Amino acid sequence: MTEYAHYGTGAPVSDTKAPQGPVAERWDTRRFEARLVNPANRRKHTVIVVGTGLAGGAAGATLAEQGYHVVQFCYQDSPRRAHSIAAQGGINAAKNYRNDGDSVHRLFYDTVKGGDFRARESNVHRLAQISVEIIDQCVAQGVPFAREYGGLLDTRSFGGVQVSRTFYARGQTGQQLLLGAYQALSRQIAAGTVEMHPRTEMLDLIVVDGTARGIVARDLITGKIDTYFADAVVLASGGYGNVFYLSTNAMNSNATAIWRAHRRGAHFANPCFTQIHPTCIPRTGDHQSKLTLMSESLRNDGRIWVPRAQGDARPANEIPEDERDYYLERIYPAFGNLVPRDIASRAAKNVCDEGRGVGPGGQGVYLDFADAIARMGRKAVEEKYGNLFDMYARITAEDPYETPMRIYPAVHYTMGGLWVDYDLQTTIPGLFAIGEANFSDHGANRLGASALMQGLADGYFVLPSTISDYLARHPHHDAVDAAHPAVAETVAATRERLERLLAVDGDRTADSFHREIGELMWEFCGMARTEEGLRKALDRIPQIREEFWRRIKVPGTGEEFNQSLERANRIVDYLELAELMCLDALHRAESCGGHFREESQTPEGEAARRDEEFGYAAAWEFTATGVAPVLHKEDLVFEYVHPTQRSYA
Amino acid sequence: MKLTLRVWRQQNADAPGTMATYPVDGISEDMSFLEMLDTLNEELTLKGEEPVAFDHDCREGICGACSLVINGDAHGPERTTTCQLHMRSFDDGDTIDVEPWRAAAFPVVKDLVVDRSAFDRIIQSGGYISAPTGAAPEAHSTPVPKPDADFAFEHAECIGCGACVAACPNGSAMLFTSAKINHLNVLPQGAPERETRVLDMVAQMDEEGFGGCTLTGECATACPKGIPLPSIAAMNKEWLRATRKVSR
Repeated sequence: MTEYAHYGTGAPVSDTKAPQGPVAERWDTRRFEARLVNPANRRKHTVIVVGTGLAGGAAGATLAEQGYHVVQFCYQDSPRRAHSIAAQGGINAAKNYRNDGDSVHRLFYDTVKGGDFRARESNVHRLAQISVEIIDQCVAQGVPFAREYGGLLDTRSFGGVQVSRTFYARGQTGQQLLLGAYQALSRQIAAGTVEMHPRTEMLDLIVVDGTARGIVARDLITGKIDTYFADAVVLASGGYGNVFYLSTNAMNSNATAIWRAHRRGAHFANPCFTQIHPTCIPRTGDHQSKLTLMSESLRNDGRIWVPRAQGDARPANEIPEDERDYYLERIYPAFGNLVPRDIASRAAKNVCDEGRGVGPGGQGVYLDFADAIARMGRKAVEEKYGNLFDMYARITAEDPYETPMRIYPAVHYTMGGLWVDYDLQTTIPGLFAIGEANFSDHGANRLGASALMQGLADGYFVLPSTISDYLARHPHHDAVDAAHPAVAETVAATRERLERLLAVDGDRTADSFHREIGELMWEFCGMARTEEGLRKALDRIPQIREEFWRRIKVPGTGEEFNQSLERANRIVDYLELAELMCLDALHRAESCGGHFREESQTPEGEAARRDEEFGYAAAWEFTATGVAPVLHKEDLVFEYVHPTQRSYA
Repeated sequence: MKLTLRVWRQQNADAPGTMATYPVDGISEDMSFLEMLDTLNEELTLKGEEPVAFDHDCREGICGACSLVINGDAHGPERTTTCQLHMRSFDDGDTIDVEPWRAAAFPVVKDLVVDRSAFDRIIQSGGYISAPTGAAPEAHSTPVPKPDADFAFEHAECIGCGACVAACPNGSAMLFTSAKINHLNVLPQGAPERETRVLDMVAQMDEEGFGGCTLTGECATACPKGIPLPSIAAMNKEWLRATRKVSR
């Protein structure tokens, strides 16, 4: 066993900055207590925003509208391409347009429960409150949500809840919301209030005298490494699911921005909380470069089943009804096919482990629309899911209107991320993290259609209100001295890292290492985790890291467009992050949400939480590469939603 | 499958480019076109050669990053994005030409990567509704007739990949520009800026050096999202209407 697992425990988190008082009043209280920056002074403040997804795009646009000077970055060629664009199903909001018993409190309750009681109540309640404003904002921007014939907005239900509160734009809700934010951002770019740097990747955080004052970034076209300074830095760089190599993330989504910030002092919370999405297209072979999600909205009308018998190789339509096992409907009669994602994923794994999986390698289950087509007609099914069916047909060369889809779980979202307080500020003053990059709202499992809600809530509404308090209290009118030793050290470290990657000239590609670490993580830190497996992974990761620095081959130079260098540099960070994820999973000897420890389950095989021991968020403090980190616990207090064993039966 | 690839190689924007030939073997028909290129790049890297640069990200047909001209067709033989094109669309032994988007307004960055920032500047010139955060009225205060909402959605599906420009013999961006104008102009929320939007976006489109439309229809044929050709006619109508209204 490596020394890495012998972590120390530091001081618990003493203050989350969440105001006292009734939960429904805390956000008002915080906004009132937050200091404001005089409108005339705002243009003197520069804010760096890294990332242009829902959180970053919304934050950049809003901060600029308020008068701040925003300097924004994305690695893509255009801010419109951030991976929020791929979100399909929808966005939750407690509008109660259906009059079906929904309310802010119910959305709050569902989110805390769905997260398996590992989220902070104050934050979640704020999210539920803001959800209604998001829909108003997006409609005003021209987001073409689905509508009823009367001209009003349509909604649908989604996994883990019993009300119909999900707003959607066919299967392209993320795209439409992102384009809304992108267009708002574009308006500010044209106005000169946002200085946009596309194809520019953040490689490190500049911390001067304990506060975040800028970033080091590389122009991906010229390879030039530059420094950018600001009064505050906002990371909206997304999650770290690509540590698994195969995931539904975009190919270039990466953890570098948050991991470099972690190395500079920002605590990383609950890194082992990753979400495995139940409805993805199964992989076809070793060439597979990524996995494609099929929106969970399909579970509204599709029925999931496998053959009753092991090894039943007949085609789906030759298996009679009484020889099929609609296992979600059987085990969870109340929620049926709409159980939360973690539960649906584990159930699929279980039936496949029993030898009842379908398709190549037995790693798949059927998602069948035959009943829905019979009930609603093919046209209605097309109207609702047409683009998803087309995508499935395109990838698999099978027609889902005729044969059931095959699906299998895949890594999709990371609930963990940089620890933030109620203001979304990390443990480094002046450094904020929003959207998937932070850990704040989803606990141990995120409900469907809640990522878009959180990204936009953080970007449009929360951060713009809380960052003013920081800026008002820390008027950095002194420019950062580019010759400051901290700046020089950060730039030098970045250059040294890239030069070292180029100098190894070994015999293995970046992708081969990425696959290796990904497979290791999927096996030992994926859908089910054990102490034994995690210890194996913790033994193996430092060996892979050592081999990486001996055998990596990066062609070309650093002074040009070099995608191999970009990839290799991201893997450097995955090789460290993976270790922290395994340690976090090892230390949390309970099951909760997406984190399933085989040692901790109920007699029925459901996740068994151990609230007495683990009712906290784990915020890890970095020490050095490969050296044990320090654990800081944030005790979670549940005043409104009392922890119970989650039941969807 | 065994294939011969002829790929455009160009070191940077200023260097001259050339077609280079690479044999590839062991290609599965379940691979996407980009996974086939990944295989080539792994081989090139291990041989100490520079891999082929190409833009790609989501690999599920929605981000609009991938952008290859394959055997002369933008995004290749199927009506989809390059990332959603699978090798089952080709035959064993095929020779496949792979080139970047070709248009004056999309200069080559390296190999198969081009600069599409002109599209961003067209959006910046008016492809938005001015609705500052916090100022929005209640969402249901303005119903939108379903046919209008559907029309808006159909045009909002554009992913900004640029296939329309690459396919057009004139290098015209009218399908792209019209898609955004039609999305926003049909909505009641977009009405206050209806005229300035179309006038400013069309002016920016011209300034970027895109060609005019001669109705060859290649754009709509290449569009992976099915933006319809009449979108351009609708934009022209909006432009004419705006010109008359503004001059009044």
